[in-house]
Amino acid sequence: MTTGAVKKATAMIEAIHALLDPDNLFLRYALIMGGLASISFGIIGTFVTIKRIGYLAGAISHSVFGGIGLAIFLQVNVGLTWFDPILGATLAAVISAVIIGLVSLHAKEREDTIIGTLWAVGMAAGILFIDRTAGYFNLSSYLFGDILLISKKDLIYVGCLDTLVLGISILFFNRFFSVCFDSEFMALRGINTTFFYLLLLILTSLTVVLLVRIVGIVLVIALLTIPPAIASFYAKRLWQMMLFSILLCSFFTSAGLLISYSFSLSSGPTIIILSGAAYLMMLIFHKWIRN
Amino acid sequence: METGHDIILENISFSYKQNQILEDVTLFIHKGEFASIVGPNGGGKTTLLKLILGLLKPDKGKVTIFGKPPEQARQKIGYMPQYAHLDMDFPATVMDVVLMGRLTRTALWFSKKDRAEALAAIDEVGMSGFTSTGFNELSGGQKQRILIARALCSRPAILLLDEPTANVDHETEVNLFSILQALNSKMTILVVSHDLGFVSKYVKSVICVNRKVVIHPTTLMNGMLIKDIYHGDLKMVRHDHRCSEEGHCHD
Repeated sequence: MTTGAVKKATAMIEAIHALLDPDNLFLRYALIMGGLASISFGIIGTFVTIKRIGYLAGAISHSVFGGIGLAIFLQVNVGLTWFDPILGATLAAVISAVIIGLVSLHAKEREDTIIGTLWAVGMAAGILFIDRTAGYFNLSSYLFGDILLISKKDLIYVGCLDTLVLGISILFFNRFFSVCFDSEFMALRGINTTFFYLLLLILTSLTVVLLVRIVGIVLVIALLTIPPAIASFYAKRLWQMMLFSILLCSFFTSAGLLISYSFSLSSGPTIIILSGAAYLMMLIFHKWIRN
Repeated sequence: METGHDIILENISFSYKQNQILEDVTLFIHKGEFASIVGPNGGGKTTLLKLILGLLKPDKGKVTIFGKPPEQARQKIGYMPQYAHLDMDFPATVMDVVLMGRLTRTALWFSKKDRAEALAAIDEVGMSGFTSTGFNELSGGQKQRILIARALCSRPAILLLDEPTANVDHETEVNLFSILQALNSKMTILVVSHDLGFVSKYVKSVICVNRKVVIHPTTLMNGMLIKDIYHGDLKMVRHDHRCSEEGHCHD
């Protein structure tokens, strides 16, 4: 082994040791959080990928920042200490999911313009709120993720949302399948397609909030769509694609977290580079196999 | 309520973005009809189907299906859309796709009966053995047949098909229309088609749509009429054209 490789191996072993160290509880929390969130990410990411609404999810995730800004503003300036940034993010996510969903259903040719506007306005509102808030605030921790911020409360929050997403997805699996494959036909069977489309977007928005802590608002979309994109090379049925996406997503988050810890890198970008590289390699591999 | 008519369109007008697509259309489709909807692109063929399905609302006029508004009669209509609007990379088996035809407002999951009906429908279009094949692995003609099976498995009284023979070869076209001809003994069928010469061998009537709608029994089809429908701008590939006994002349 070269010295470089030895260094790398030592760094990884240190990371694993760090896991067992009670002082490094945050790393353990981050890994558990990544694993738990992967369940929602694999399921919802698959729906988002096959319905091709990745840009809608992008708009939702960016407008989440408006909610985070508002929550911090209310906490510091108005004294509403219970108004947690994650609560603000959740509220903003659900509201923007409904607005963006209705726009995408009714705006027709103006759809991309309106959604692009909501995307930017949500983001801008968040920054203005923070401008008006006294004290130091680390913007980049929300934009690109920061595992040091993860607390036990976040884990409980992720667990609850996971249960919700999993439960609703199992209950309405056939409904969501149909709304993604052919919603016009579904409407002809007498089912309210608007309701299930909006429900799917609300679940998407809640899922996006799940991983804002680890990968941040800007990068979250990649983690939502890359695992299903890789899974789609192999999966013949929807549930297979979901299962494979869950496994891939938890692999990317945990491997990314360990690498970022070992080499003192930002967690979010490390996870995204890892999954992005894996996806590109799979693309090239499949192109090559086909020729 | 007129008896014997499955579909009644009365004085229907429909426009989209200031373009009048259909103008004062009145059409009666009797039970057991097998009609082909023909006309130039953008002439309103798909619009006509969507008005019957209630997916589009007319600006003026009334649509009645089995004496009810389309929204209430939809459950009895089987619909096969143009498959171009479906995502062909979608991870689904043939069975997954056909089962969509068994969706109901109340049941969340599919029952044994739903699966049996789906299997019967797949069998009816001659695709048994393909149930667990990926939908995206099928050829164009096979996909069309599966979408017909999806329309069939709700046991409809009316079957509406939008260009079921687009992008398929002649053999597949013959095959599909033989299936439809057999199904016609059980249900009313309207099928949008480009290929008037070909379909006139199978269907009972031809519905010509170009802003106005005219219905002709196939026995009266001749060259003059076809020219009239297409306003003389017709270019048709007559690889399988049959003329009436008298023949037809071109000036």
